[in-house]
Amino acid sequence: MEILVCARRVPDTSENEIQLNGAGNDIERDDLVYSINEPDNYAVEEALQIVAKSGGNVTVATVGTDEDEEILRREMAMGANHGVLLSDDAFNGSDGKGIATVLKGFVQKNRFDLVLTGVQAEDGGAQVGGMLAAMLDYPFASLVNSIEVVDGTKLKISREIEGGNREMSEIDLPCVLSIQTGINEPRYVGMRGIRQVASLEIPTYGASDLGVDAASVGEAAANVKRDDYFVPVLGKGATILEGSNEEIADKLIAMMKAKGGLQ
Amino acid sequence: MTARIFAYIVHKDGVLDDTAAELLAAAKKIDPSASPTALVTGSGAELDTVCNSLCTSYAEVWKIASESLAYPNAELVRQALTKLLPAGALVLVPHNHFGIDLGPGLSIKMNAAFVSDVVGIDGVDGTALKVVRQEFGGQVSTHVRCNISSGAVINLRPGAFKPVQSAPVAGVVIDKSAEVGAVTAKRRYLTTVVAEAGDVDISKEPVLISIGRGIQEKDNIGIAEELAEAMGAVVSCSRPVVDAKWLPKSRQVGSSGQTVKPKIYLACGISGSFQHLAGLKGNPFIVAINKNPKAPIFQVAEVGIVTDMLEFLPELTNKIRAMKQVSV
Amino acid sequence: MIDRAPIPGYTLGGQLPASALCLVIQLLGLACFFYIVAKRVAPLMRAERDLRLDRPWLRLQKLMKFWFAQWKHPRYRVAGTLHLFIFAGFIILATRAFYLLIFGLSDDFAAPGAVARIYDIVADYAATLVFLAVSAAAIRRVFFKPERYSVPAKLGKGHPVDAIFLLGLIALLMTSESLFEASRAAIQMQRGLTPEFLPLLSLPWLLKDVFASASLAALWKLHLGAYLVDVLTFYFLLCYRPFGIQFHVETSLFNVFFAKLDRGTVKPVRWGVSDSQLDQVKSFGVKKFEDFTWKHMLDFYSCADCGRCSDNCPANAAGRPLSPRFLTTKARDYAFQHFPVFGKSNNSHALIGGIYSEDEIWSCTTCGACEEECPLLIEYIDKIVDLRRGMVDDGNVPKSIQKALKALESRGNPYGKMEKKKADWTKDKEFQQSCEVKVLNGSSTAETLFFVDSITSYDDRIQAIGRASARILTEAGEDFAILGAAEKDSGHDVRRFGEETLFMALRDHNTDAIKASGVKRIVTSDPHAFNALKHDYKDMPPVEHISQLIAREVKSGKLQLNPVENGNNVYTYHDPCYLGRHNQVYDDPRNVLDAVPGLKRVEMARCRDRSFCCGGGGLMLFYEPQEEERIGVQRVRMAAEAGANVIVTACPFCMVNIEDAIKVSGLEGKMTAIDLAELVDQQLVREPAKEQDAKVPDEVHA
Repeated sequence: MEILVCARRVPDTSENEIQLNGAGNDIERDDLVYSINEPDNYAVEEALQIVAKSGGNVTVATVGTDEDEEILRREMAMGANHGVLLSDDAFNGSDGKGIATVLKGFVQKNRFDLVLTGVQAEDGGAQVGGMLAAMLDYPFASLVNSIEVVDGTKLKISREIEGGNREMSEIDLPCVLSIQTGINEPRYVGMRGIRQVASLEIPTYGASDLGVDAASVGEAAANVKRDDYFVPVLGKGATILEGSNEEIADKLIAMMKAKGGLQ
Repeated sequence: MTARIFAYIVHKDGVLDDTAAELLAAAKKIDPSASPTALVTGSGAELDTVCNSLCTSYAEVWKIASESLAYPNAELVRQALTKLLPAGALVLVPHNHFGIDLGPGLSIKMNAAFVSDVVGIDGVDGTALKVVRQEFGGQVSTHVRCNISSGAVINLRPGAFKPVQSAPVAGVVIDKSAEVGAVTAKRRYLTTVVAEAGDVDISKEPVLISIGRGIQEKDNIGIAEELAEAMGAVVSCSRPVVDAKWLPKSRQVGSSGQTVKPKIYLACGISGSFQHLAGLKGNPFIVAINKNPKAPIFQVAEVGIVTDMLEFLPELTNKIRAMKQVSV
Repeated sequence: MIDRAPIPGYTLGGQLPASALCLVIQLLGLACFFYIVAKRVAPLMRAERDLRLDRPWLRLQKLMKFWFAQWKHPRYRVAGTLHLFIFAGFIILATRAFYLLIFGLSDDFAAPGAVARIYDIVADYAATLVFLAVSAAAIRRVFFKPERYSVPAKLGKGHPVDAIFLLGLIALLMTSESLFEASRAAIQMQRGLTPEFLPLLSLPWLLKDVFASASLAALWKLHLGAYLVDVLTFYFLLCYRPFGIQFHVETSLFNVFFAKLDRGTVKPVRWGVSDSQLDQVKSFGVKKFEDFTWKHMLDFYSCADCGRCSDNCPANAAGRPLSPRFLTTKARDYAFQHFPVFGKSNNSHALIGGIYSEDEIWSCTTCGACEEECPLLIEYIDKIVDLRRGMVDDGNVPKSIQKALKALESRGNPYGKMEKKKADWTKDKEFQQSCEVKVLNGSSTAETLFFVDSITSYDDRIQAIGRASARILTEAGEDFAILGAAEKDSGHDVRRFGEETLFMALRDHNTDAIKASGVKRIVTSDPHAFNALKHDYKDMPPVEHISQLIAREVKSGKLQLNPVENGNNVYTYHDPCYLGRHNQVYDDPRNVLDAVPGLKRVEMARCRDRSFCCGGGGLMLFYEPQEEERIGVQRVRMAAEAGANVIVTACPFCMVNIEDAIKVSGLEGKMTAIDLAELVDQQLVREPAKEQDAKVPDEVHA
């Protein structure tokens, strides 16, 4: 099975507070470190496991700049056969639809039985996979937390739905699936592995290579644009509620209601 | 405001999802004078029940009945909606497991814009809809402008929009089933596997009652469980509770346990060790309940209560039960 | 022995010279032995390199101490003493055994000279002693069944029968040898000759009188028979030993000679391959049996299955799926099975998922208790690290550790905290009033570098240890500074968790930063960092743990300590593994405690080189193996049993584990833990001007 995994490089913000830059139009990125979007990593692991069982190749593609090569190398160190960078000045400032358009170009230039994405990026909206599928007229499923290859024409999948329940479906190939974290246990990629693929050439494709109309992507074509960033107001240190237990309970209930934790 | 607003209604077993009212509230934020149209797919008598119950809040309810739509398969729903929706429509969809499946693809087929996981709406500015989204696990928010000149699909975070009280309307149900005709899908629903009892994934729970050493003994866990039940929350814990084997490992929050991203986190008798807080993400509203006013948890909590949790929690439980009784 | 009369020819059935038969037996026996040994050596020839010929004099010294003098054995009183007797007996008897085998049936058996006569006497007693010791050991095995010999059901059956059988064979050897001598003496007596001298109360002496009345013919048969039994038993033992635990009789000499010489170190990924060449190495660590070094395979052969390692292993005590003894014996069984004496050797399979489980290998805290105890100096930590290197290379790492490793790669600390916050622990307001900590950022200089390391920099609780250390350094008049954001994790436990490449990156970064800073010495309050800088890094300035500096300055009088306020407290010192066992710093912290006037100190039953790990530091904090009871809880109980209510330690990880354990075991309020630096900081006699600020250490009790 030929599998494409669409990955993104995102700032790793898990352990640190995010701060805004002076202008308020972006987060302070100087002190941030970047890594592959976590669900995308699960998607690559899943692809590798499918290929290990059913044969085939795993290609990891990202829409970005030279800096994003690092995640392609990391995933290649993990075992992906190919890494592909889709890069063009025309792609800059693309919204989800623009990125899906670029990926569509790449998929149409190749033959993939299965396209995987991570369910969502830290700064994204769980949208590229579904858009890409619709553009290609492939069936799509989001929040996928298990994949079983039935035969060369279809998969049996489960989606994570409310209450930890699992919705089981059958889906025809080729298809696009967005992968939920926890579907597997991604293998560790050490520094050594990355060093071993450090010198491999990563092919780069631009708009004309992919047959993508430059006007359909990039900032100009984007329907969705960020105006600014702001930090939701947070208190410094706890406000201590005073009074009897009963009084405090009333105050707390009011607060939790306001926060949507109590209906 | 010219664009027509539609709201996709999620329902189950003939009962409306909470989001039905939330989408209505959101529509009013886009345009206070809007009279959105409800889109309801399904089959049988259940569908009629749902449509009828919507008539008091939605002026127009489009009913799309088909045996193949008995289970909400996003691919089939998308085909149905694509056939029905007028150009330039604004479609509101709850950003849940179904909306995530439906929204992006629908926007492509409608050749419309798509914004996902919207938590706030600031109104319309020309052809731009101004919305608020959260990024990086809720650590920062952004103002986003979405071009709605050729329509848009807007996925709204469930719970983010408070239903507004408004005078009942005398809505009508319009059966659009015939216009839809047959739909087929390359993804076929098979069955739903129900999670085993007790198999709770605390990492995805919005409200956590988390207990630490302050619970003192195993028998006291019931106090937290009763509160959780009253609130519709789930009990999680810090490491010592797991070590004592009072709760399973799957309930532990912390660097060696689960990473959780709740909206509300009631830290009861938890001192707030570094290792514990490492598992707490996404800027939850933290309420610290601890006897020790010096406990580090008070540094990170938004609200602190210096008291014995074993006395306070039952009080809180009673209050919440009483409150729910009144509202029922 | 003086006038030994010739005795009628040794023949069998009057025809065949017995010596000829014996020669055949001996040649066959030797051939078998060498064949078996060759087969046993086969995997060693396919093993990885291991350079073990350096420092031969030191090796000889170790050989004399640990092999010849059996240094570790008396650590277990009964078994050790029995072994001492048996070993000494074997050494003494070895000469005679060979002499007997070669010349026993010749007519001029007698060895001439007084030395030989004295030797004979000694040897007779030795044989008697061995016989008694072996009998005692057998009785112990059969009737007292020491716990540490038992084998858990999941690992198969114990082998008490095998043990008894082997002890029986030794006893038989001793008996047959004695019978041989006794019967000859009896024959000589019956023939009216002066019998050779048999020492009083020795086995032959006792037996001689038993046979005094036997017929000459019977005695002859007995005499010959004893000899035959002796020869057969000797060769049977020789050829049987390589099939089991008794092989250590042959291998121990080599195992001790080639033993690891340097404490606290970790073996290189590949011996003889420099760091810069490592990129060319295809596979890291041990994945299949042949990836072990020959010395590590020799370890497997040498294990006598005495169980002392596991008896002292904290992971084993906590019910984690690791027992060092079985780590070895499973590998030995594997070697025997896949490199059989008869038949072809098999293709080898992956060890993880085969004989070892992932959890088993991650369970080790690298505390070194097993290695400290092993009488044969078998190595465990290097093997564990090598197995982990293999797992890391295959991407097979538990998720919680992956997270920490990724953060170490991107941020230089396992918590993923920002570098710029590394010195935030010095910015505590109250602290800043009493103590200023310089940051070496190019413009400033200092004599001493205070290497803080990750946990002390970022963990709220442990930061207090950092601040206490800084105040002590200030009081001691040290010109010290920290590296701040330029300091990355020492990588100590990154290396011990098998991520060598990441460790090298951290080490190289810190090495450059330290060298650029121009400091003359390094001090740290973290034994893991201490061990890393001392043993894992190269060309560092002298490194000290803060406890060593405190001990020195207390002795010099620069630091003076106030009497304890609460005279009812009873203190006990918990030895951190990487300060104690791995670096032999046992006395300095104790001397410091004893220098506090009025401080009552008791020792736990397990202290100093037998100290019991707190549960593991470094990345172990990110990994939770399955266990029945936390290691730290057991340690806290030991402190309580010793009558202490304050546990003093000198390691941030010990503090985390022990404080947690105190809470878990419900001893809060009854037991407290304090770092040595915190305690000293509290008790310091400060100049009056500073007295006000000295109240700061309140945070310790918060």
